[in-house]
Amino acid sequence: MKLCDLAELIAGSILVGEDQPDLVIDRAFAADLLSDVLALTEEQTTLITGMVNPQVMRVAEILNVIAVIFVRGKVPPASLVEYANRLNIPLVTTKKTMFETCGLMYAHGVRACRSRSTCQMSDSG
Amino acid sequence: MKYAIRAGDIEHGGSASARIKSELSRAGVDATTARRAGIVAFEGEMNLIVYSDDGGTLSVIVEPDAVMIELEDTGPGIEDIDLAMTPGFSTAPVWATDLGFGAGMGLVNMQKHSDIFEIHSKLGVGTRIQCRIERKGDWAMNRREG
Ligand SMILES: Nc1ncnc2c1ncn2[C@@H]1O[C@H](COP(=O)(O)OP(=O)(O)O)[C@@H](O)[C@H]1O
Ligand SMILES: [Mg+2]
Repeated sequence: MKLCDLAELIAGSILVGEDQPDLVIDRAFAADLLSDVLALTEEQTTLITGMVNPQVMRVAEILNVIAVIFVRGKVPPASLVEYANRLNIPLVTTKKTMFETCGLMYAHGVRACRSRSTCQMSDSG
Repeated sequence: MKYAIRAGDIEHGGSASARIKSELSRAGVDATTARRAGIVAFEGEMNLIVYSDDGGTLSVIVEPDAVMIELEDTGPGIEDIDLAMTPGFSTAPVWATDLGFGAGMGLVNMQKHSDIFEIHSKLGVGTRIQCRIERKGDWAMNRREG
């Protein structure tokens, strides 16, 4: 689905990315644990999280994240928004919970990004 | 490139690695290699911030067919490396878990994304980690992980 439709679906506001409403959001990974985001995602993905610390955008930059969706009404600090602007990575905030956000997105065709589970981490990849 | 990482400097945590990743991309390193190097650097950088006594260094060397990431600190050192490398093992303090770190997957993740991963550590002396990430291009990675 498109970024602008996604924002409407989850009653969210677009903090960064108003200029790319047609950006396609087709897969996602949801976690508050940034360690998991780093360890388990295996392709470019949209990130759904309740974390608003500076590390979120650094992880997003390293993983070439497509867009970041902040759930539970978390408001990222201005410095984070500025950073996302510089990287041109869209940010959306919503008051919905992570569960609701994921459910709505899934119901509209967004799928899980390619990932592995923690127990697969010891198998060398 | 060599970055000095300060112990406890959570505010800047990960910023050297984010810069490394973007500079590798700018230098023409393929996207998959830059991403892997970024992940390795980030996990190593966070460990220096969370666990080292006096900080340490994070260095990157770009070779024609590989990117080398090296981390070095002067203590406290790791008592049991096998245990530290076990997925899920962590001694992270609460302030780190509050930020979303301390899942005990950093070292294994560094190993997973390295073609050669070497860790040497001595209690009371320090830890040195060397990672070699081959520049194989995007197609190779997709096949490896696919
Ligand atoms: N540079 C280091 N110096 C001392 N101990 C370390 C260092 N890096 C890692 N460790 C130890 O190894 C454990 C596992 O590290 P890691 O796999 O990165 O997971 P996490 O950081 O989530 O705990 C840490 O909890 C810590 O006890
Ligand atoms: Mg770690």
